[in-house]
Amino acid sequence: MSTLTSLARAQAVATGTAQPVCTRRHVHLSDRPLVLVPLVLAGEANAPLAALVGDDSRTGRLLVVSQPRNRDRRFAFAAELAHIVVSYIEGYYASAQAVPGGRGQDDRIRFADAPQLVVPNPACIAFVRMLGRSTRFRRPSGEYAVDPAVPVLGRWLSYFAERAEHPGSCLLLAATDAVALHWASGQSPVEDLNLAALMGWIDPPAGMTGAQAAAAGEDPVTWPPAGPATDPTFDNEVLAQLIAACDLPDDDARARQRAETALQAALAAQVAPTWRLMWRAVGLLRGIPPGGRVAARWDADKDSFTSYAGYLRDDGPPQPRRDAAVAAALRLNWLERAQASYTAQRAMDDPLVMAEHRLAGEAFAGTVTAAEPGRLDSSGKRRKLRPLITVTTEDSPRIDPGVMLVSPSRPGQQARVISVSAAPVQPESAQAVPPPAAPSPATAVPATAVPAVPVRSRVAVVLELAGGMGRALVPEPGSVPEPGERLCYTTLTDSYQPAGSFPDRAGTPWTHGGPPPEYVPADEDASEAWS
Amino acid sequence: MHDIDARLGRIRGDVPPQAHNARTIAALTSNPGCARRAIMDAAGIDKPRLASYIGFPAPFGQSQFAITRGNAFEAQVKANGCAELLRLLREQLGLPIPEVSYDDLEEVGGHRSQHLRHARTRSLLTRAAGAGGDAGTLFDHPLLRLDVGGRPVYLEPDLIAFRLGGRFHVVEIKSFAVIDGQADGDKVAAAAIQSAVYVLAMRQLLAELGTGPEAVAREVVLVCPENFSNRPVATLLDVRQQLTVLGRQLSRLDRIESLVGLQPPGLTFDLELDQAGVPHRPAAELADDVRTVPARYAPECLASCEMCFFCRDEARGQTAALGRAAADELGAVHSVQMALGLADGTLTPADDQAEAAALLREAARLRRECLGETA
Repeated sequence: MSTLTSLARAQAVATGTAQPVCTRRHVHLSDRPLVLVPLVLAGEANAPLAALVGDDSRTGRLLVVSQPRNRDRRFAFAAELAHIVVSYIEGYYASAQAVPGGRGQDDRIRFADAPQLVVPNPACIAFVRMLGRSTRFRRPSGEYAVDPAVPVLGRWLSYFAERAEHPGSCLLLAATDAVALHWASGQSPVEDLNLAALMGWIDPPAGMTGAQAAAAGEDPVTWPPAGPATDPTFDNEVLAQLIAACDLPDDDARARQRAETALQAALAAQVAPTWRLMWRAVGLLRGIPPGGRVAARWDADKDSFTSYAGYLRDDGPPQPRRDAAVAAALRLNWLERAQASYTAQRAMDDPLVMAEHRLAGEAFAGTVTAAEPGRLDSSGKRRKLRPLITVTTEDSPRIDPGVMLVSPSRPGQQARVISVSAAPVQPESAQAVPPPAAPSPATAVPATAVPAVPVRSRVAVVLELAGGMGRALVPEPGSVPEPGERLCYTTLTDSYQPAGSFPDRAGTPWTHGGPPPEYVPADEDASEAWS
Repeated sequence: MHDIDARLGRIRGDVPPQAHNARTIAALTSNPGCARRAIMDAAGIDKPRLASYIGFPAPFGQSQFAITRGNAFEAQVKANGCAELLRLLREQLGLPIPEVSYDDLEEVGGHRSQHLRHARTRSLLTRAAGAGGDAGTLFDHPLLRLDVGGRPVYLEPDLIAFRLGGRFHVVEIKSFAVIDGQADGDKVAAAAIQSAVYVLAMRQLLAELGTGPEAVAREVVLVCPENFSNRPVATLLDVRQQLTVLGRQLSRLDRIESLVGLQPPGLTFDLELDQAGVPHRPAAELADDVRTVPARYAPECLASCEMCFFCRDEARGQTAALGRAAADELGAVHSVQMALGLADGTLTPADDQAEAAALLREAARLRRECLGETA
């Protein structure tokens, strides 16, 4: 969140429509995502009530638990869902691709594509995690045996939920997050969690403003909550009677059949509006051209998916209930590096995201006003090609000499800041964008003296370039920016960050409880109550 | 004291005050700067009714499934003289609790009057505190009293207290699940602050008897269902931090007198019914009166305050309605129109807006550059 986003929200209020905060799409969207809209029974710990699931907007399957407190019905639901989800996932085992190994390593094989789950909101991601947790330890044999697909579902859902925490991963997406990443609505982030309201701002029906559509989106009668929680009024006035009616003795099969049909119809009506919204959201996002680095992040998802599929094939045990100390530290370190890389990649892909960093002084864009392409640094033993360029910018970079920068358009070239100085103030030329841009906050003129004749303070940054110019002492043509060229430089970097070093599992220090016991799947895990 | 009581009584009108419970007191800490809420709570206004009447019914409903489950779980833990609870305290927390008796204070000799119940609670707790050792009693539904904004309010009880090692402990039973030792952070936070309200109220009661605050433990026992089952599990929860927060917010509420003094003398939110069973004051008039008391709306109110839809509607066009982050970014720029005017240079910022205005103009320039002239 920055002033840029806040301004976009303000503009959304004034115009009555959501405003873009990205010019590129930063999430990968599968051609065939599996959309899942789950509902749970209020008050219980993740007791599934219904789910609408499918990879085609026309053929969603509705699963209903007619007696959500009944353990057998829950497992029947889990088994049904498992068959749909697991067969969708395993469909991606069909085709593989070879990936060239780097630096003397062999090629490796990974699946050509990966599955993608899309749920309405972050609470539904929590539902996926909890459903994974409550099913992954089950066993297909012995006491409390379940359908063999159930524990497989549990492991996959746990995997997807865990993966959803990785910045930039798109295996499991929450629609509200994905949409709000690209648009600023005229409401708060808290209200953006309501998919119907958020979509109302972005894509209002004809004859309505975004604000009106958002207000309509909050009416639980026309737009039931997108899950997993249901509308309490629906619970009290509709659901309670219908569930009670399903709780009939077996001898009245026809009456029970009728009651179950009525319950299904009521729940279908609760999830159907969200289902349509989900596909609209997917369609909207598909309409934005993807950023250049989205495909590479999806490749990382494919690698991860391939690796977990292999782990499952080798009968790896289910994910532990809690991470051990070393595993948790490793994971956190990994997430931090992934976050830094994701932030940098988004900025490099998208000028409007980069603008946030420009506003914060971590980047600037300007025009090359001077260049010494043939400059040699002869201070060392060998002479090195170190061209100098001067970039003049209207931005207010907060960078110091010595800092290393990189330009999104020239990722292979490093630029070291030699100096940052005020450039001569120039009167605004006639064709430049009106109205006046701000003076830099550091030199802000008194408030009353907003200039009638726009004057911009400019900053000249002298950069020393290294790399990406060939091996000779003369740069290859085009490898050094030429005067007049417009460029952006930033302190953000997407270069490889080494992992932190951590002890192995056996070396867990006593401060962290010492080496954790080896995980052995226990019977009690498999037979845990789910009531 | 008398003046302010009379004044708050006039604001409330000729209807009985709403009782506070730990939830409403805990909610006071979520937006302490809101004068509207402070006055309504101090006067005991029926906020849900008021909000519906003026056309903005509160968005909070409770599903009967949640209520049933909560009640069933509580009943299970308390069944047979709290047998299950005792087992948890002994086995899971290792507390050396002797044979105990169980005292339900929900009614006193068939009476449910708050005054009677509080008096009974007081005398029982006093006796227990004075008994020196552990009296070996679980007190269920003690009715406590807490000073809120300089006025005592009764706390609708939802707890059990017991005495061990010369100190009282509070037990809070909640029906959200603890899964693999972890529970929903928001729910634990809410439970912690509610328990802190009870700890504070018990401390206040004992302080009146000359006993120091250490007589009530700052660790409370939270009892929740374990994993996906109905089996209860007990956890000790340290509410020291919540006690500090609560103490600070309650002391700030003491200025209710000065807050009320700022309001027009005839102010009233009277919801008294006429013969037809509807409030005798027109809704529009009542809404105007509500507007005279300044609110401090933030989107977080949507989760906790019954007046939230009214205040949100009122805050339309304000930067506060865009969320805490936006409001913080824009600082002294309070309205959306002003933010846009400052961004396109048609408005001149006041001194305290200069920094935000400079950023806004810069942001507007960057957005235009990236999106073309349309933005």
